[in-house]
Amino acid sequence: MTDIVSLIIKRLGLGLLTMLVVSILIFFAVELLPGDSAQAALGQMATGETVAAMRKQMGLDVPAIVRYFYWLQDFVHGDFGTSMISHTSVAGAILGRFANSFFLAGFAAIIAIPLAVSLGVAAALFRDTIFDKSVNVTSLTAVSAPEFLLGYILVVIFAVKLRWFPPISNIRDGAEIGERIFRSFLPAMTLVLVATAHMMRMTRAAIINVLAGPYIEMARLKGVPPWRVIVRHALPNAWAPIINVVTLSLAYMITGVVLVEVVFDYPGIGQLLVDSVSKRDFPIVQACCLIFAAIFILLNIAADVGSILTNPRLKRPK
Amino acid sequence: MAPDDKRLLQIRDLRIEAMVGDTILEIVKGVDLDLDRGEVIGLIGESGAGKSTIGLAAMGFARYGTRISGGRITFDGQDLRTATEAQLRALRGARIAYVAQSAAASFNPAHKIIDQHVEAPVLHGYQSRSAAQDDGMKLYAKLRLPEPDVIGFRYPHQLSGGQLQRAMTAMAMACRPDLIIFDEPTTALDVTTQVEVLSAIRDIVEQFQTAAIYITHDLAVVAQMADRIKVLLKGEEVEEAPTAHILAHPKESYTRKLLAVRSYERPEKSRSSKTAQPELSIRGLDVAYRSGPKVLHDVSFDLHRGMTVAVVGESGSGKSTTARTIMGLLPATSGEIRLRGEILPWSFRERSKDQLRRIQMIYQSADTALNPRMRVSEIIGRPAKFYAGLEDRALHRRVEELLSLIELDPAKFYDRLPSELSGGQKQRVGIARALAADPEIVICDEVTSALDQIVAEGILRLLDRLQNEIGLTYMFITHDLATVRAVADEVVVMQRGRVTDSGARSKVFAPPHHPYTAQLLASEPKMDPKWLDTYKGRGSERPM
Repeated sequence: MTDIVSLIIKRLGLGLLTMLVVSILIFFAVELLPGDSAQAALGQMATGETVAAMRKQMGLDVPAIVRYFYWLQDFVHGDFGTSMISHTSVAGAILGRFANSFFLAGFAAIIAIPLAVSLGVAAALFRDTIFDKSVNVTSLTAVSAPEFLLGYILVVIFAVKLRWFPPISNIRDGAEIGERIFRSFLPAMTLVLVATAHMMRMTRAAIINVLAGPYIEMARLKGVPPWRVIVRHALPNAWAPIINVVTLSLAYMITGVVLVEVVFDYPGIGQLLVDSVSKRDFPIVQACCLIFAAIFILLNIAADVGSILTNPRLKRPK
Repeated sequence: MAPDDKRLLQIRDLRIEAMVGDTILEIVKGVDLDLDRGEVIGLIGESGAGKSTIGLAAMGFARYGTRISGGRITFDGQDLRTATEAQLRALRGARIAYVAQSAAASFNPAHKIIDQHVEAPVLHGYQSRSAAQDDGMKLYAKLRLPEPDVIGFRYPHQLSGGQLQRAMTAMAMACRPDLIIFDEPTTALDVTTQVEVLSAIRDIVEQFQTAAIYITHDLAVVAQMADRIKVLLKGEEVEEAPTAHILAHPKESYTRKLLAVRSYERPEKSRSSKTAQPELSIRGLDVAYRSGPKVLHDVSFDLHRGMTVAVVGESGSGKSTTARTIMGLLPATSGEIRLRGEILPWSFRERSKDQLRRIQMIYQSADTALNPRMRVSEIIGRPAKFYAGLEDRALHRRVEELLSLIELDPAKFYDRLPSELSGGQKQRVGIARALAADPEIVICDEVTSALDQIVAEGILRLLDRLQNEIGLTYMFITHDLATVRAVADEVVVMQRGRVTDSGARSKVFAPPHHPYTAQLLASEPKMDPKWLDTYKGRGSERPM
């Protein structure tokens, strides 16, 4: 077990290093965006002098490299800065939005992960049957369709025609949990469709790959029934790739939902990011991106640790 | 007892088809087999003979892509071809059990040995989990596994190959089946381990009066196990007779060929002159992987021009490590390697092109050593181009010349891909690739151990002919004493990273033996059906 703890510590250290590189990339990529906040705040009609004065007031006249270090220093101290537009703290603006995004991702994940794994297992068990083929065709369609299209299709069916759910998921702060679930149902289903398809196909492939192994033949020759061959003999050896795709999907559900949030007008972090980019509100963009990067890194570490914990060969060396 | 009660398994006109690409091939062509209770029949033949396929069919099982297409399989009065899947499941693991070739691959890496052991008896309702577990420990003890009370609680990767093979035999015994199919259970093991496993298997089969189908390509092994032997070739029966009879009076020429395989022996050459400078001289090699313990200790020997030195030992003895060090893939911590008197740098990166050219290597598994996307002409042509700078017409001529040298028709093989070659042909291409560099020394790393014996003999004869024609010097790494006897002029015996014995073949193989050499020689299965008894009688069993 101490091996795993030291591994986690090592990976966290590496993760910090990655974060540093990512912070450089984010900061200077944002710098490269055409236009700046002073221009955006004053509008196209502003004269050169007023823009210059505004730049000075916002601290934009200092060289970028110097501003990077100030920014990094503040960030390390937990100060995410103040929004250039609303002049409120970035942390405050982000926090509520993140909570909403996590809620949506969690909602989708609770449905998608068990559904995907059991569908994948069933597809592998009934390989090449009608069931397997229809699950495959459906999931392939779901994967290939862009998520905003899936979102609109759901809106047309469930909001416009059937009128079961609201087409827009504008959640008030402090809304009841029941109302939250009700209002975020359609965006969550959109995510479920996309993520399930991915995870299900990977689960199926991982199990079928394992099914070719001699120990599976051995299990069959011991008279083990087919479902038990899959659940007891194949699945434990397929966990590593499944865990990997599950964590990747989780990361996608938290950070990659920009389009879904825009379609449903869901007050999540993705929408905040899009708004902030168009308003050139750099501190918010940078903070969001860094947090996205941290989520990806943490989930990747979780995937590696999960793979090790499910593999006795890595867990117990000779 | 009525005659029908004695008969356990009856197979008549068994036919099995396999889908190869789009075509259906018959791989078993009407084979009959009879087996009484408590009887052991040996199935022998080369790969592609259909041995395993027949063995699995005796369980009513056909592998993915194959299908039992004709004939009758009757087990204890029950027709297995008309039985339902549920009826077959009730038999498998309970009344008919299977022991696979590679125990390492056939144990599920995710579960402890004992959990896999108790699965069949619990599932078939023979025993409770705890009773099956206790019984498993007793079986482990009978099969002479170390620490039988705790070994089951380890994972497969924590056991050695020989231990796993015995644990798998114990697992097959869990429900005390009437019939066990042994599918090459000792082929992947070292000779000294093989003997232990063979005698453990035979004792337990005798003790429980279990009938068995014993599948192998090694006639000497099957001679120890079987009451009767059936020889198979390409899905058809060649002949069947009681073991002693078939060894003494083989009727068919194919059987005689199988019997003769082990007797190929080339006359030993002796060094022309003791004072001559060795082609390659290895002195005091110590090698360690990274910061790990030393894997080679003070290894020294010489290779003399035009002669073959066989380096022999079990897996883990350091044979391949020595080869890797000579090739410059692994640095030594001390010692030296001299090529015709000049010191070779440790790393291949620091060696000159000419030094690299002079030592070439042929690998054990031609399957993985040849690039599957390159044509034969490219595989052989590359070193010819790299070392000799040949281009266009000259290169083409050289490749054709090399193909003729390894007895493959250039017109037919020039443009083939490795996937269009048989195992023996692939190994020949591997040889041609080494020759293309025009080397002086060729290191052959277990080049015949993945091949059938008759094919392997062809490769050994080819290598011998090439040595005589070109004057090559061979370092021949092998674990098989029959191969040593066939090709070696001098022998180096290695054990746990040290050279324990060396000298001319006739000297090393003649008494008085070094104790470890004696153990290796005694472990080698002999065609004599009594060999295993005499081996055991000598009491030389070694605790694992």
